[in-house]
Amino acid sequence: MAQVTLRKVVKMYDETPAVRGIDLDIADKEFIVLVGPSGCGKSTTLRMIAGLEEITGGEIAIGGDVVNDVPPKDRDIAMVFQNYALYPHMSVFENMSFGLRLKKVARDEIRRRVNDAARILDITELLERKPKQLSGGQRQRVAMGRAIVRDPKVFLFDEPLSNLDAKLRVQMRTEIKKVHQKVRTTTVYVTHDQIEAMTLADRVVVMNGGVIEQVGAPNDLYHTPQTKFVAGFIGSPAMNFIACRLEEAAGALRARLSDTLSLPVPASRTARYKPHVGKSSLLVGLRPEHIREEPRHPEPDLHLFEVMLDVTEPMGMETLVYFTIEGTEICGRVNPNAGAADGAKMRLAAELANMHLIDDSTGKVL
Amino acid sequence: MTALTASGAEAARRPQYGSISKSRRWALRWSYFFLVLFAIFFLTPPIYMFITSLKSSAEISAATNPWWVYSPTLDNYIELLTQNQYLIFFRNSAIVSVCVVAVTMVISVLAAFALARMKFWGSATLATGVFLTYLIPDTLLFIPLFKTFAFIRETLGIELINRWWTLIILYPTLTVPFCTWIMIGYFASIPKELDEAALIDGASWTQTLTKIFIPVALPGIIAATIFAFTVSWAQFLYPLAFTTSTDQLVLPVGIVTTLIKGDVFNWGQIMTGALLGAAPPLIIYAFLMDYYIAGLTAGATKG
Repeated sequence: MAQVTLRKVVKMYDETPAVRGIDLDIADKEFIVLVGPSGCGKSTTLRMIAGLEEITGGEIAIGGDVVNDVPPKDRDIAMVFQNYALYPHMSVFENMSFGLRLKKVARDEIRRRVNDAARILDITELLERKPKQLSGGQRQRVAMGRAIVRDPKVFLFDEPLSNLDAKLRVQMRTEIKKVHQKVRTTTVYVTHDQIEAMTLADRVVVMNGGVIEQVGAPNDLYHTPQTKFVAGFIGSPAMNFIACRLEEAAGALRARLSDTLSLPVPASRTARYKPHVGKSSLLVGLRPEHIREEPRHPEPDLHLFEVMLDVTEPMGMETLVYFTIEGTEICGRVNPNAGAADGAKMRLAAELANMHLIDDSTGKVL
Repeated sequence: MTALTASGAEAARRPQYGSISKSRRWALRWSYFFLVLFAIFFLTPPIYMFITSLKSSAEISAATNPWWVYSPTLDNYIELLTQNQYLIFFRNSAIVSVCVVAVTMVISVLAAFALARMKFWGSATLATGVFLTYLIPDTLLFIPLFKTFAFIRETLGIELINRWWTLIILYPTLTVPFCTWIMIGYFASIPKELDEAALIDGASWTQTLTKIFIPVALPGIIAATIFAFTVSWAQFLYPLAFTTSTDQLVLPVGIVTTLIKGDVFNWGQIMTGALLGAAPPLIIYAFLMDYYIAGLTAGATKG
């Protein structure tokens, strides 16, 4: 059993707070991803769990024991670093067995564990090589192998894929997921890449400015973000935010985006949005995939409008179209055969059932 | 018409590019020129020493061509190597140098590890202080050191002056600061994640030093070792000031004090002694040259 618990954890560097009191419960065998922009405190949080940074305030418990003052080696954790941190003068076998040798584990046992880990990671034939003879992906595997052989309570990953090229990154991402399915150890994984976070995590923790913005399953974060930051951070291309004014007419609400364009708010949201009529700092949040070409057959809850396209970006399976409303650049995703062209007029359809209303002054999704 | 003049003017303005291979050839020529110049400049003295060491005293003082040996003889070598005195100098020098290297490396590796990796109050100031110590010339240090030794003799009754082993205490004042400085730089170039990984793997500070830092920083350690050896082998001023009896002398001072009697210079033996004395560092350099260069250029590029 190795759940990890963070209670009001604070980290100060001199007078600057890096982490401002976060609470997090990580279940046994769970894969948690901490994601956020650089400087959001995600790496610091991970390093506090590892014991590489002292905790200024609050409490961290691993497997039910508070570890605030326990040195890293007694926390029974293993960490994979961004630059792999392989010992350059040791062979792969020596690298992987270093921790076990320090613990004076029997030689046969070491050999068995290293061979098992090597088989899981498919690096059996590399065991006699030195790190400098390995490619980036192989080094990454060895670094993971070094963590696996220790059979720790918790795996910690600190941006392990950011040093790899794009193709290898995708490949290793799948690899990490497979390894977790085989080894089933509680894992805390730090990344700034939201796609990595979405694909790997059981639950994603979005951090910003030293606090947790939202915790949830990848799809929950995507479909029901609670703050503007999460709404904008998760998803690529990012969600469109358009300034709007709520207007009430005959019991129905409309979001007015410009003098000529106002979108009808779905009836199901009327009650929820009604108190905000007339507020000045409202934004409509609409993901690019909810702005698409006019369908051939009419569908309910679609609002059609015509725009002048600024730029189009063909991606193959779809085409991204960019246009401007009241000075805000908006992105939509249309079928590549819909005839979108730079500088051309196009009729688009907004799926308002998937809209979000955001109060920009508080950053909260309403 | 206008088009013609325009293109003519353009041609006139076109810059002259040299060829890369041509400029490379010239660069090579110049570098060979200077390399040969330096080689002549630095090799002439040892060659002259070697030629002189093969001559008898009579031939040295005769007005013949100083660059040619007419009747080569090994008398100087035989005489010197059968003389007990010279062998004692050699032994003293060897013991002192080896001990100084050992003492220096133990102190400076431990000090550098602490200064580079353990952030404690004043560690940065201390690191700069170590370097500043190295900037003080040794000619300024030997008088206060002499006074200190005299004081120790008066108060504790321990005689430190005119004892060859005293040099083992003295030389590290010259070698430790510089070697510590080299090692700080070398240790600082080792990525921080490496000791963090070791820390998580369960290594203590001592194990991190012996199992990770020393093996990884081996080129730097060898560079520092060579430096410490060279300094202690070639040191002249301190042994001249601190040792006087013939049996307490080290090689450089021994040759000068015993082979120059009044105004009689025994040139043949002086040259032979100096040449033989220069051999050990030369042999060490030859074996460790690759490591030495790697050590000096550490951190220049990302390995």
